[in-house]
Amino acid sequence: MATDVLMGFDEALERYEPVLGFEVHVELSTATKMFSSAPNPAAAGAESAQPNTMVAPVDMGLPGALPVVNAQAVRYSISLGLALGCSIAPSSRFARKNYFYPDLGKNYQISQFDEPIAFEGSVEVELEDGSQLTVPIERAHMEEDAGKLTHVGGATGRIQGADHSLVDYNRAGVPLVEIVTKPIYGAEHRAPEIAKAYVATIRDIVRSLGISEARMERGNLRCDANVSLRPRGQQALGTRTETKNVNSLRSVERAVRYEIQRQAAILAAGGSITQETRHWHEDTGTTSAGRPKSDADDYRYFPEPDLLPVRPAPELIEELRAALPESPAVFRRRLQADYGFSDSEFRDIVNAGVLAELQETIAEGAAPAQARKWWLGEILRIANARGVDAGSLVSPLHVSELIALTENGDLTDRLARQVLEHVVAGEGSPEHVVAARGLKVVSDDTALIAAIDAALAGQPDVLQKIRDGKVQAAGAVIGAVMKAMRGQADAARVRELVLERASA
Amino acid sequence: MSELIRWSAAELAERLTAGDVSSVEAVRAHVDRIAEVDPDVHAFLHVAGDAALARAEQIDRQRADGAELGPLAGVPIAIKDVLCTKDMPSTAASRILEGWIPPYDATPVARLRAAGLVPLGKTNMDEFAMGSSTEHSAYGPTRNPWDLTRIPGGSGGGSAAAVAAFEAPVALGSDTGGSIRQPAAVTGSVGVKPTYGGVSRFGAIALASSLDQVGPVSRAVLDAALIHDVIGGHDPLDATSIPDAWPSMAAAAREGAASGSLAGVRVGVVRQLNGDGFQAGVRQRFAEALERMAAAGAEVVEVEAPNFEHAISAYYLILPAEASSNLAKYDSVRFGLRVEQAGSTTEQMMARSREAGFGPEVKRRIILGTYALSAGYYDAYYGSAQQVRTLVQRDFDAAFEQVDVLVSPSTPTTAFPLGQKVDDPMAMYLNDVTTIPANLAGVPGMGLPIGLAPEDGLPVGLQIMAPARQDARLYRVGAVVEALLEAEWGGPLLAQAPQLGGTRSPLQFAATPGTAPAAGTGTEPDGGTR
Repeated sequence: MATDVLMGFDEALERYEPVLGFEVHVELSTATKMFSSAPNPAAAGAESAQPNTMVAPVDMGLPGALPVVNAQAVRYSISLGLALGCSIAPSSRFARKNYFYPDLGKNYQISQFDEPIAFEGSVEVELEDGSQLTVPIERAHMEEDAGKLTHVGGATGRIQGADHSLVDYNRAGVPLVEIVTKPIYGAEHRAPEIAKAYVATIRDIVRSLGISEARMERGNLRCDANVSLRPRGQQALGTRTETKNVNSLRSVERAVRYEIQRQAAILAAGGSITQETRHWHEDTGTTSAGRPKSDADDYRYFPEPDLLPVRPAPELIEELRAALPESPAVFRRRLQADYGFSDSEFRDIVNAGVLAELQETIAEGAAPAQARKWWLGEILRIANARGVDAGSLVSPLHVSELIALTENGDLTDRLARQVLEHVVAGEGSPEHVVAARGLKVVSDDTALIAAIDAALAGQPDVLQKIRDGKVQAAGAVIGAVMKAMRGQADAARVRELVLERASA
Repeated sequence: MSELIRWSAAELAERLTAGDVSSVEAVRAHVDRIAEVDPDVHAFLHVAGDAALARAEQIDRQRADGAELGPLAGVPIAIKDVLCTKDMPSTAASRILEGWIPPYDATPVARLRAAGLVPLGKTNMDEFAMGSSTEHSAYGPTRNPWDLTRIPGGSGGGSAAAVAAFEAPVALGSDTGGSIRQPAAVTGSVGVKPTYGGVSRFGAIALASSLDQVGPVSRAVLDAALIHDVIGGHDPLDATSIPDAWPSMAAAAREGAASGSLAGVRVGVVRQLNGDGFQAGVRQRFAEALERMAAAGAEVVEVEAPNFEHAISAYYLILPAEASSNLAKYDSVRFGLRVEQAGSTTEQMMARSREAGFGPEVKRRIILGTYALSAGYYDAYYGSAQQVRTLVQRDFDAAFEQVDVLVSPSTPTTAFPLGQKVDDPMAMYLNDVTTIPANLAGVPGMGLPIGLAPEDGLPVGLQIMAPARQDARLYRVGAVVEALLEAEWGGPLLAQAPQLGGTRSPLQFAATPGTAPAAGTGTEPDGGTR
């Protein structure tokens, strides 16, 4: 893969105006699939399964099988449309998008084309400095996911060089809503930040609605980022690229930045942008060319004759509208007050993308200050070091467990950090790690006293100083005791005991 | 030949209930008949002899034990190969599905089984139901029991020939543009295409989803009604299935036969479906049938359906368009024929498998449909075809404001010789000119025999159409017409069909095309009019 030439970000922005657009696919967490009664692998709490075990004849494209629309998926889609401020179509239609690909059982995807269920909305996105931006939504439509191909026999796991491919249809037919924005103008130097904030907002919305697991690392939420540049002063839009496979908020930001820099370098050198899909590579932080994509791609769309138009009753729409949770922005203001965080403390949490994790951690019983300390501290540090989203490292339940273990004195901060590392490594819950690795604070005074007496006996001069009232001299003994206990002791308790034993 | 194979399904059912005959006897008689005549007729692609006998035995035992059985329990039935059956190959007469056994029954099949009917086997058809002669079957054509050198109609020639040759009392078919009604016409049998949504399409291998309907094939109107009552009704597995309750078709048929009257029934003759291009003998029998109906009290009027002229053009855009998409799944990845070569890509494997697995008519329609849906052509082709469809529906609406049922000859001609049109797709397509409008509008249609054409002694069919959801009206009117004509004939038309089996062989027939008309028609052939 040739290395792309990049222009400096600031220079690129000086010469060109970026125009953004996003297609976000949300996997709905319904119990069954979009058009079949097979269990949905994206359902809440679904376990991973062996390939091709979560399939019905419809998902496999077997002859004679017929799709039936999942009513719950329609309700979820309407709720999402409403939360995006969209109008809900009194009648919308499914269409067939025809193309041959082995991950598509029927060799067509059932999607919505000219009559989406939701259209014309907007989303308020909050940026890091607290300012708001309105992202215009063109449409949100229902469709089904495709299966997954695994290419076997090649060195890279890609199709080139593989000698055969395996298909898993478990994901085929998973209900999706695709949210399409209108072109976003005026993003300027904040384009990468806006990209990230937009996707984070969509994630917050679907989470607050409870319609998707919304875990980007699991593909529940997938973003295709469209970027084009136009020279300053030009009216016509430039040629866009569509970067796919962007699986974290951080990557969305980086991918947009990368595309701006790459396209600017090509345009500045007198080249032209190829309209194509680009693949984001997390490891190298670069994009590479996918397939050429033209507006003339011929999917031979036509209305899906196996399904009737979707005509939700007006009462249903109003019922769902009435049941909408407060918007993430309003919700955040309320949370901030409830948790007692300052504006800057709260903004840090939002900007780190860990608000939902924090909220869940608190819901599991942790004190807000403790939850904040862990998510913005050690967990974020590990996440940044690894280039992943903090939420993908550890579950809120485990964090709250960890906090409880420190609060009740079973773990010191230092021990807790060690336990966290083991939890992140997949060794199980904090309780389990503590038990398996014997990392618990020694709270048995007998063991501590034995260690203290030994330390005092080894340092008679220090003992004398303490007895003379020079309490700060105790530090040396405490250090020796903690070392002897391999850190598994509560330093404050050790201090108490040292002073007690010295004056005995 | 055992006499019981000539009984209607209703009669057989009564005798089974009365204990005069066992289901095993009934099934064995039909299996024997198949063994005797099917080498000539080739109505079946698969015969489930042992399984059918085992099921019959089970039903006989249940009956002996005093179990509650449905009225048709123990009656054998043939099933068009387009319907999925979990215990028999389901190939839609295509190489690409050779040997494929689905993991489920089509809903109509499941309902038949639940009612105690005994599947005898799977019947031949044009590949993926594309054709009007059964000559496009990948497994060889079916022959018309009236004249083995002639076509049995299509696509459901196998089901029609099976009942006409007394290999089964009743059968299931599917009708996308006439595939039940046209074979019924040319074999002297009865066939009904129900209202779209009246019978579940789940498990019917799709040709054109917005046109396909599964329906009954029989030798008598009442038998079709009895099967319709079993297979019809709402199915949550088919999103286009109508959720409403339906009246009993059998009750309507019985009521019609008992009354023998068409008093107060307004019958509309569609002017556009009875033109100069129709065979003289077909027009003659049709005119006579109208006279009988008028004599029975019907008010017969001519109605206009100006847009029917464009129906066939619209149909041959909509059908290939939907078919091109429906048939995309046959790619060898998950099931069906696979042609592999070392070093080939997945795309090459798919292309080679489709090349080898599909016949020429299927390929022709896939290409037509792909073209009709292409960007830049969609509006001109698929788009305008849908507009014509709407106009055809409006013609029906307007006509049904004036009349209760519409009638036409079922087909423009009687059965044509095998081979005559197989290389002339346009001629083959025009054969469905009478039956296609009902599919485009989703209204129900029935085909039933009204005599033999004087010039060739071959069966002529009457098509009756009713407004959507008024299928019962077809059975009532059809039963009256049938009763009037059978009274005249002294029995069913099929009683006049030539004997099959024994010493005759298809070669003898092939050597003497234009077989003389069956005795009893009282007319001389006047030579073909086509």
